[in-house]
Amino acid sequence: MDIQSLAADIPVEGEYSLEGIDFITSGEQYLTFMLGNEQYGVNILCVEEIRSWEQPTKIPNSPNDVKGVINMRGIIVPIIDLRLKFNMGEVHYSEITVVVVLKVELDDSTRTIGFVVDAVSDVLNAEDSEIKKSPAFGGCVPQHYIDGLVNVGDNVVTLFNVNALQTIQPHE
Amino acid sequence: MSIDLSQFIPSFLEESFEGLELMESSLLNLEQGDTETINSIFRAAHSIKGGAGTFGFNSVTEFTHLVETLLDEMRDGRREVVQSDIEILLDSVDCIKLLIEAIQSETTCEDEKIVETSNSLAKTLNEDNNDVASDESKNIEEAVDVSSGKTLWTITFVPEHHLVKTGNDPVFLFNALAELGDLSIEANAKELPALNDMDTEELYLSWNITLSTSVDLAEIKEVFEWVEDECELTITKEDIVSSDPKQETESSSSTAIDVAESTIENNSTSTVEVIQPTPPSKPADVKTKSKADVGSIRVGVDKVDILINLMGELVITQSMLSELGNDFDLSKVERLNTGLEQLLQNTKELQESVMRIRMLPISFAFNRFPRLIHDLSKKTGKKIELILKGEQTELDKTVMEQIGDPLVHLVRNAVDHGIEPIDVRVANGKPEQGTIVLNAYHQGGSIVIEISDDGGGINRKAVFDKAVEKGIVDENATLSDSQVFELILEPGFSTAKQLSDISGRGVGMDVVKKNIQALGGRIQVESTEGKGSVFKVYLPLTLAILDGQLVKVGSQTYIIPLITIVESLQAQSDLINKVSGDMVLYRLREDNVPVLPIYQLFDLEAETTEVDKSLLVVVEADNQKVGLMVDDLLAQQQVVIKSLNDNYQQVEGISGATILGDGSVAMILDIPGIINMAQKNAQKNFNYKTPQTTHSEEVSF
Repeated sequence: MDIQSLAADIPVEGEYSLEGIDFITSGEQYLTFMLGNEQYGVNILCVEEIRSWEQPTKIPNSPNDVKGVINMRGIIVPIIDLRLKFNMGEVHYSEITVVVVLKVELDDSTRTIGFVVDAVSDVLNAEDSEIKKSPAFGGCVPQHYIDGLVNVGDNVVTLFNVNALQTIQPHE
Repeated sequence: MSIDLSQFIPSFLEESFEGLELMESSLLNLEQGDTETINSIFRAAHSIKGGAGTFGFNSVTEFTHLVETLLDEMRDGRREVVQSDIEILLDSVDCIKLLIEAIQSETTCEDEKIVETSNSLAKTLNEDNNDVASDESKNIEEAVDVSSGKTLWTITFVPEHHLVKTGNDPVFLFNALAELGDLSIEANAKELPALNDMDTEELYLSWNITLSTSVDLAEIKEVFEWVEDECELTITKEDIVSSDPKQETESSSSTAIDVAESTIENNSTSTVEVIQPTPPSKPADVKTKSKADVGSIRVGVDKVDILINLMGELVITQSMLSELGNDFDLSKVERLNTGLEQLLQNTKELQESVMRIRMLPISFAFNRFPRLIHDLSKKTGKKIELILKGEQTELDKTVMEQIGDPLVHLVRNAVDHGIEPIDVRVANGKPEQGTIVLNAYHQGGSIVIEISDDGGGINRKAVFDKAVEKGIVDENATLSDSQVFELILEPGFSTAKQLSDISGRGVGMDVVKKNIQALGGRIQVESTEGKGSVFKVYLPLTLAILDGQLVKVGSQTYIIPLITIVESLQAQSDLINKVSGDMVLYRLREDNVPVLPIYQLFDLEAETTEVDKSLLVVVEADNQKVGLMVDDLLAQQQVVIKSLNDNYQQVEGISGATILGDGSVAMILDIPGIINMAQKNAQKNFNYKTPQTTHSEEVSF
């Protein structure tokens, strides 16, 4: 048995196709998702999990975009619909509606919140130099929620500031 | 063989705090000639000193050494136990506490109080030390001082064979000695047996040690502190030749006395030198704790044993059930049912025992009060007796930690505002000494802590007038006694004619109320003018679990805490009255109970929107009954409380959430919060300012 010849049939590492694989070179990785027709991204290190939509328990007298709370393995996690929060896209819920659960370390605690988005699309590599400032010309999303913009092909991905997203406005 | 000592520091700290508590409470009960109490204080101080020495916390060691010396004199009857000494010792306990807290938070503690106290300690000690050689150890210190250079000590150290088995290692001792000065050691291997007879865990060596050092005998002795009982130890000063071959440490001190007598003049200066801890450069800042306190609980072995037994039963039940499941057919349904019942029983018991682990006797919270009363009565010149009752009542650890400060405030208040000055008391025909009683007991699902005093009581009229003046109530409002008394818990309310540094600034009582409410408790005030007042604090037994009634409103399930429920009933249309246009009252026997539709309050779609077809759950909070309108009553069950705060925020009318058996989340209603909400809504709707009409009196109180 000629082990050498067998081994020759197995492609060595360098011969794999590199297409479609994002190598981490430098900068950060972002999870991108759709809200209406637009692409948005959040730092992937904040993403706790991606789960499908389930009917949450309502929180009395909460703002329109706070859909309620769900039980995520014993933790009570509030669900916020980003489409309602920023008034974009059609709001309907189906089995393919996606909830992105983000976890952020605050000063002395962590806060976990689920955000309803239309669809999760990709993981994006962006170096700090690629992230451009967002021009202050209105739009649905207030400036302080936005960390910057990244060009991906012909499209623009808006990067959310996760800390700002996790800040909860008091009722009323 | 080296051990990382730092892992034992937390237990040292914990034990020290316990020791300090013991010292404090014993000091307060100390009477003349009570050697047993002095002994226990001494022992506590001694273990703190020993522990601190082991870990190298010199500030604590030095300070405690002084305290110990003073206590030692008291113990031997060489010093009368006088009140001023007790005061100094109490101050010292505070200082040691400060020092240890500083260690805990890894800061340095430089408080003037420590220097002051150590100076006064030194002064107290010196007053008597001027009598010739009344304090041996002190004099030995002087003996060393006089030579003001190095002394040569010969130490013969003959350990017993089992010394290493007790966890002591001579190498540590030698290292410690080496730190004191120049050391030369000579091992004596005479007793070493033949290799075959040798037990590897026995110690056969003895040592002759010569130490040239400037420290005194006491410090050398301290090195051998832990092995004293397990060795023959002879410590002699080189220039004094002792013929006694078995000169024990105790007798060695007598040799030093001769030297001491010549040096008495030096006494005062040198003693102060010894005591002075790190010089004060900055004010103490112990409060900024750099390290988070994780906290630990001491649990009785009996509680753990119960848990283990229950665990065993649970395992048995589990194996029985799984065996049943292996080849299940319908004939075994009955056995399955029994098994499940047993499982339910086991789980419940297990849950109760686990909860009991968190329960501590309330004496933990009560312990600080004897000292507080002692200090306060000194400060105010009032004579006060404190009576503690029900100290064994158990309370959740978290509740206990948070109730401490409100209780202190209430007690301070009782001393300052409750108990009258001696002359007033005598004029009113009361005994000179006032009494404050702290009592704790269980009532239903809550624990009640009562703070009662036999003082002047609350002046109803003064409180009412003040409230009118502050615009809290309307001049014409008719309020019940308890409603008036509860006004003193409002923010910015103080009827004290003059401020004192104990209480009376008008802040505090509202904070007390807020803290207690945050714990899910409530406070009730009773008072008879001239006779005294009673503050009753109602607290939930635990914060983790509550008995709840599940109710349905529309598609949502809510949980009403069972202890708030008075009764549940089907509304009868002839008992429903509408008043003031929109307000719905339900006649419940004598009472008119306002009806609150939950669907309106929470903005939901409900199945039943008409009162006469609905179910009413009558709940009570803050002496106010309301009927909550619900669609359906579901099961009663115990629920585990989860906070909404962690990931969201506090929601009005909701005290928390829980996870039901099917995995869904249900909100727990906060009854006082809901009543508050309804009142606010009513005020918004009708633009009310003060309670005036019959109807608003139903809602407000």
